[in-house]
Amino acid sequence: MATTTQGSFTSRRASRSTGRDRLMGPAGMTALYAVLIIGSLITVFPFYFMLVTSTHRSETILRIPPPLWFGDRLVANYNDLLAALPFWNSLWNSVAIAAIHTALVLFFCSLGGYGFAKFRFPGREPLFAFLLATLMVPGALGLIPSFIIMRNLGWIDTWYPFIIPGIANAFGIFWMRQYIDQAIPNDLMDAARIDGAHEFRIYWNVIVPVIVPALGALAILTFIGSWNNFFFPLLILKDEAKYTLPVALSTLRSLRGTEIGVQILGAAGAILPILIVFVVASRQFMSGLTAGAVKGG
Amino acid sequence: MATQSISVPRDKTNDRRVMVKEAKRNAWAYVFISPFYLLYAVFGMFPLLYGVWLSFHKWDGISPMEWVGLRNYARLFVDDIWWYSVYNTIWLFFAATVPQIILALILAFIINSPYIKGKDFFRAAFFMPIVASAVAVSLLFVTLFGERYGLLNFFTSLVGLPPVDWLGDRNWLKPSIALVTIWQWTGYTMIIFLAGLQSINTELYEAARVDGAQTREIFWNITMPLMRPVILFQVILSIIGAMQNFDIPVMLAGGTQSSSPGGTDRSGLVAMVNLFWTAFKYTEFGYAAAMAFLLFLMILVFSFAYNRWQGGNPTD
Repeated sequence: MATTTQGSFTSRRASRSTGRDRLMGPAGMTALYAVLIIGSLITVFPFYFMLVTSTHRSETILRIPPPLWFGDRLVANYNDLLAALPFWNSLWNSVAIAAIHTALVLFFCSLGGYGFAKFRFPGREPLFAFLLATLMVPGALGLIPSFIIMRNLGWIDTWYPFIIPGIANAFGIFWMRQYIDQAIPNDLMDAARIDGAHEFRIYWNVIVPVIVPALGALAILTFIGSWNNFFFPLLILKDEAKYTLPVALSTLRSLRGTEIGVQILGAAGAILPILIVFVVASRQFMSGLTAGAVKGG
Repeated sequence: MATQSISVPRDKTNDRRVMVKEAKRNAWAYVFISPFYLLYAVFGMFPLLYGVWLSFHKWDGISPMEWVGLRNYARLFVDDIWWYSVYNTIWLFFAATVPQIILALILAFIINSPYIKGKDFFRAAFFMPIVASAVAVSLLFVTLFGERYGLLNFFTSLVGLPPVDWLGDRNWLKPSIALVTIWQWTGYTMIIFLAGLQSINTELYEAARVDGAQTREIFWNITMPLMRPVILFQVILSIIGAMQNFDIPVMLAGGTQSSSPGGTDRSGLVAMVNLFWTAFKYTEFGYAAAMAFLLFLMILVFSFAYNRWQGGNPTD
């Protein structure tokens, strides 16, 4: 955000001299805020409604007007949810998969990003162009063969298909390369090299500590992606005890007669943990996200 | 490392030896970047090629494969349900992605304005939906979209509109899917655009202001031209994403265990849902692989056509 605040001083002075700007006048500003406030109400309200609904029984939810304040059915809905699906078990599966996957992604992508950012090796340009090109290849279209590969590897009903294939992914490597390229002066590594440090030691002791902000943003993006991953787990997981949260929840949609409050409580159980992580980390996350994305190419 | 390699004499006869030497000296770099290429070969490239191979076969996933040549494709070309699912996918691309990109651009432009307070709050609020799982979001919206008792119909009844069976009526299912998609993805697109806007040199704005330019003129004459590569890139990613749209359509149209994929009259049947049912419910792997390859070609054609039409290069 440094750039905008820096810019605001000078441009504020400049606009005072020009006067009547329809968008930046008092009426225009009110309209802009109205757009932002109405927009954020629309995005935030369903989350509030989710919390409210999860504390009611179906009859109350289906009343007109629907309830907009909390009811007293939370505990009953919670017990019904546990009866309908192994909620805590699925939650644990989702957390474990996302955490292991994210840790591996951070390691392999920063390593690859470092390789591309700070070494001038023969073949670097075509290799990197290839990596970028794979970003444009729609991955889900190799889905059926991927399923067959997983079956041949004996990975059906295991966590490997969600943990292993994406650990060194093109987006993560591109992301880390951009950051390392800008943030780390070559002197830093050269000094370590003169001291005779091993290349991997340089990565681990010199590079990693400096790239924590970019790692943080990549961690959150990766964790969210893994947490919400649905299509592939739906194919791979057969045993209910191994279901991730989205797969477990998707069965609720098909169970006719499940209380609405119970379904919504289940949804809340999948959304709230990740939402809390996001809200707590959003400030650093957003600045990390924009910092990494600013300079393209 | 760049500075060191410059000092090496560039002689044509020496080139090969220099290259080998450089490669040896940077051996660790190859080690560092190799995991991507190894994993992509196994889990990215191989599935794509194997998928093409599969599309020339008839296979139920268990018995031996049977070579059928182009018969899967011939069948696909006259498969009305397939083309309807493609139509639905493209319909949803225009109904969901185009408004989402326009909205995201407007919101990003407003939030990027130096006069707006509470940027952190608005950015976080708009980004919130993408954090939530599409499955959970769909469960929530199924309730909001309820026919007689849903909150959305309650709101529309306040302004005197008749209730709509959002998810059951064949005319409303697609718009409902589009609405949820816009709700979930606009904030994400906005953040991408915001990052692009922040890379625009603020001196350009200041100079324009000094020259007496209005905000509207700045938007059209400075922001939009400079944002073109970012928008181009985002639209192409959106085409790729929209053609593979699965989570929200499948959940709003009855869930993954529904016996009628796509909901009423298949009005919400998108290509990936069709493919999913064909492969994993009807176990026609070869036929589904042909669908996948055709979809892949369509994505390629649309992306290139758009890129051509905009006259840009997305990797710039």
